[in-house]
Amino acid sequence: MSDNTMPPVGQALPERRFTPGTVQLFLYNAAIWNPHRIHYDLPYTQQQEDHPALLVDGPLQGDWLTQLIYDWMGEGDELLAFGYSNRRAAYVGDELVARGEVSAVDGERITLALQVLNGQGRATTLGHATVRRAACR
Amino acid sequence: MSLLDEAIRSRIGTSLPPQRFEVTRSDLRKYAVATGQRQARYRDGDEAPLLFLFSALMPVLPLEELLEDGRQPDSTLLPELPLKRIMAGGSEYQVHRRIVAGDVLVLRQILADLYEKQGTEGPLIFLVFENRFETEAGEPVVTERLTRIAR
Repeated sequence: MSDNTMPPVGQALPERRFTPGTVQLFLYNAAIWNPHRIHYDLPYTQQQEDHPALLVDGPLQGDWLTQLIYDWMGEGDELLAFGYSNRRAAYVGDELVARGEVSAVDGERITLALQVLNGQGRATTLGHATVRRAACR
Repeated sequence: MSLLDEAIRSRIGTSLPPQRFEVTRSDLRKYAVATGQRQARYRDGDEAPLLFLFSALMPVLPLEELLEDGRQPDSTLLPELPLKRIMAGGSEYQVHRRIVAGDVLVLRQILADLYEKQGTEGPLIFLVFENRFETEAGEPVVTERLTRIAR
C-alpha cells in the first residue's frame, strides 16, 4: 500500500501474477451472469470458434488491473478514472502478469499506465487510471 | 463510400429504458472471490470494485432465449450493420463516488456514437455506448463509455 506521498514518475506498482484455471473462470462467469460458451465449453470453443483453449474474459483482466491500483492505493486515495482495452486473447492456463507504473503526476492527481502481459511478454490488455492522492487534499 | 447510412446514423442517441438494480453484499463477496480480490473491503462485500458493474450489463433471460453460442441476444441499441463480427473494444470509466453494499442504482444506456475507420485488414465500425450509473435521485455514480468494434 502507498504511504500517501507523491510518487515519482516511473515508479512501478507491485505486480500481480494470475494463472486463471477453469474453476476461477466458472466462478467469474457465474458471478457476472455470462453464459458465453467460450469460457467453459472446450469442445465448442475449439471446434466452432477455432481457439486453442478456453478464453479468459476481457473484463476479468480489466478487474485485475483495478486490483493493482486498489492494492497500491493508500488510505483515503480515490480512483477517479480507469480505462482498459483488450488487445489479444488470453487462455486458461496462461501465466499472466499485471504491471503498472506512474506515468504522470499533476498536483494531487497521479496517472498510471497498466498492462496485462502473457508468457511471451505480449500485452493482452492495456489500461490507464487516474488516482487522487489523499494527502494532497 | 460510407458504411454508415442515414438509417444507421439515426440510431445515435437512442436509449434503453432505465434499469434499476440493487448491489448486494452476497453478490459482492462472490465477485471478489471469483476475481482473486485481496482487499478486505471488497472481500467482505462492503464495497463494489469498479468492474463489478460489468455484471449489471448482463441481461437475465430465460434459457430458451439464449443463442447457440450461449450468449444473450445483442442489445436492441445495436443497429443492423453491414459488418457482422463484433468485438469488444474497451471501456473508459469516470468514477464519481464509491459503490457500497445496499446501494440501489439506476443504469441508463445510450448509443452515444457510431463512426468508421479503415483498419489494416479492412473497414471497421466503432460503436460507443454510454452507460450512466446513477442513484435513484439521479446523482451520477459511475459513467462508462464502452466501445465495441464491428469488422
